[in-house]
Amino acid sequence: MSSYRINHLDQLESEALFVLREVAAQFDNPVMLFSGGKDSIVMAHLAFKAFHPARLPFPLLHVDTGHNFSETIEYRDQFVSEIGARLVIALVQDSIDRGRVVEEDGPLASRNSLQTVTLLDALEDGQYDSAIGGGRRDEEKARAKERFFSHRDGFGQWDPKNQRPELWNIFNGRKNHGEHFRVFPLSNWTEMDIWQYIRREKIEIPSLYFSHDREVFERSGTLIAVSDHVHLQENEHVKTMRVRFRTIGDATCTGAIESESDTLDQIIAEVAAAHQTERGTREDDRRTETSMEDRKKEGYF
Amino acid sequence: MEKDLSQKDNYLDMDLLRFTTAGSVDDGKSTLIGRLLYDSKNIFEDQIKAVEESSRRRGDDNMNLALLTDGLKAEREQGITIDVAYRYFATPKRKFIIADTPGHIQYTRNMVTGASTANLAIILVDARKGIVEQTCRHAFIANLLRIQHVIVAINKMDLVDFSEDAYEEIVEEFKSFSSRLDNLIDVTFIPISALHGDNVVDKSENIDWYSGPTLLYQLETVYIGSDHNHVKARFPVQWVIRPHSDEHHDFRGYAGRVAGGVFKPGDEVQVLPSGFTSKIDSIHTADGKLSEAFAPVSCSILLEDEIDISRGDMIVKSNNPPERSQDIEAMLCWFSDKKMMIRGKYVLRHTSKEIKAIVTDLQYKININTLRKVEDDKEFGLNEIGRACIRTSSPIFYDSYNDNRNTGSFVLIDEQTNETVAAGMIS
Ligand SMILES: Nc1nc2c(ncn2[C@@H]2O[C@H](COP(=O)(O)OP(=O)(O)OP(=O)(O)O)[C@@H](O)[C@H]2O)c(=O)[nH]1
Ligand SMILES: [Mg+2]
Repeated sequence: MSSYRINHLDQLESEALFVLREVAAQFDNPVMLFSGGKDSIVMAHLAFKAFHPARLPFPLLHVDTGHNFSETIEYRDQFVSEIGARLVIALVQDSIDRGRVVEEDGPLASRNSLQTVTLLDALEDGQYDSAIGGGRRDEEKARAKERFFSHRDGFGQWDPKNQRPELWNIFNGRKNHGEHFRVFPLSNWTEMDIWQYIRREKIEIPSLYFSHDREVFERSGTLIAVSDHVHLQENEHVKTMRVRFRTIGDATCTGAIESESDTLDQIIAEVAAAHQTERGTREDDRRTETSMEDRKKEGYF
Repeated sequence: MEKDLSQKDNYLDMDLLRFTTAGSVDDGKSTLIGRLLYDSKNIFEDQIKAVEESSRRRGDDNMNLALLTDGLKAEREQGITIDVAYRYFATPKRKFIIADTPGHIQYTRNMVTGASTANLAIILVDARKGIVEQTCRHAFIANLLRIQHVIVAINKMDLVDFSEDAYEEIVEEFKSFSSRLDNLIDVTFIPISALHGDNVVDKSENIDWYSGPTLLYQLETVYIGSDHNHVKARFPVQWVIRPHSDEHHDFRGYAGRVAGGVFKPGDEVQVLPSGFTSKIDSIHTADGKLSEAFAPVSCSILLEDEIDISRGDMIVKSNNPPERSQDIEAMLCWFSDKKMMIRGKYVLRHTSKEIKAIVTDLQYKININTLRKVEDDKEFGLNEIGRACIRTSSPIFYDSYNDNRNTGSFVLIDEQTNETVAAGMIS
């Protein structure tokens, strides 16, 4: 009897496949968010497995801030064609051009908050009734509170004080017209699980995650990459350093870390010894004590 | 912090233990989880800094460890937990998923949510107050959900001068209360101070009269046999995979997650409700074929014969079929402000099946303090627990909850609001 045991990665994988199939079965028109970061890569890989040998029964949606590392876009296009998925791109620039949002200005401007409007518009345009995201509960204290099937009202808002009970593995995706769901198949994964799984499955990931030389400067304790989208302030000095990224988000607010890790094993060792959370390098989370919850209530992922 | 997971040869192959906290408001659940994470060095510097800053702003003397899990604005303002927080940590021995749940009665449904997937529950008791109504309610729910392993952590020992008498009194009180809770087969008592860390990760010097394990040691070593039933084979079909491509023209896979028992190629199976029988041709995954599949593995089953099968059907082995009925009896936990309507219609969700149902009767409800049945009161509302009779619009295929958590559980959904209004355990 005791041989009927599966290890933690297999348990997490099995749970995620189960959730993805529930989404396909319970909703009419789901979409999977794809940012090109490691979590969404793992999530798309799991979706590939969940429906194999058929194609994904939903498209991937990239909400593109336009502030990307060029590697991300190259990687995205190749990955999407390899798993045979359909890709939909929603541009923040379009939302700006259409006057839906106003670009922040000043040196600390970021398109992170604008993304939410573009996302909600894209969900409406595509008439998607559910969006699958790669959020993990270990990332942040508000995410730690969210259900697998997370209900959104007609305005796309999350009501954290009044979430539906979610028992066992029974997911209730019923909703009224105009309401949505956000679904998080990776809820129970940690950063370490993601890396171990990438290694075990031999998943290719963007080169940004591995150590490389890059021009960076320091801003409130974070190393930001030099690009056309950031404006250097007077006291900020550019230097070339050996760095890698722990998360890949908007290029203007994702910090790099100094690192010599250029293999997955080295990255895993580095993650195991880390002193900071991965979101510790994200400027957008540090704006206020509950910035994530505030953004989520508005419809952010 | 030094975690050497990566150095372990078998770090890709670790055990996973899911546990939940339980107990009354302010008994120290969130503080305990914070302490456990902190002392086992599973907290990052930026998280500590953020909590120190928040504590200072709030005027707390010490670092308020509960802020590590109480992440919502409303929780931080009120100093209570409202909804479950999931936290993750690992030691070289095990990986853990923690559900830190609220103690307040108003949020019982969130406690049940957190507890429904747990293998073990830590029930906290305030050493000054002893067993109170919420301790009883939560112990009862843990028993109902069939969480077999329980650690009763008698907390705030620092406030009773680490008194052995105070501890023993609560141990006796809990034992006499819980003697009727048959599913709690493995109960351990530990005197702790979550605030100061006594017996959480490190052995307490203040509690020298106690020679048992620390909380972390108990979590790392408690034997959790598989929770799954490996005898009665159950496979609820979630989704049918039909590739419609030239390469896989005839492929027809029934995708799902094994809910019990073991399936192998060549096995005789029966499909419910149609009753057709066939043999398993192969068990498919994206990584290749499996020689056997058991709970909780996700896979697709291919059959030798073409049978009409869709979501909500169940593949079982013919020699060991589940119960089949339109009338079920179950223990219910009620989650909604709207009271249960006898003869009211609900949507019942059981495995991958959704079906209309009517509650035909409430047999009794439970008085939480006495564990006695109350039979003459048919009003059944928020946070109450009782036994109901339910009739479904067509037969469902199930096992008793005590036999199989997957095929013995269901939820009721309000048709108008789509809210989940009750959890049910079939008996
Ligand atoms: N002296 C002392 N105080 C403690 C101890 N454990 C917790 N407390 C205090 O008890 C209060 C409540 O602690 P919490 O951890 O928020 O309690 P809780 O059980 O999570 O409460 P809810 O989640 O709202 O049910 C806080 O002020 C803690 O500092 C302890 O061991 N000793
Ligand atoms: Mg709490």
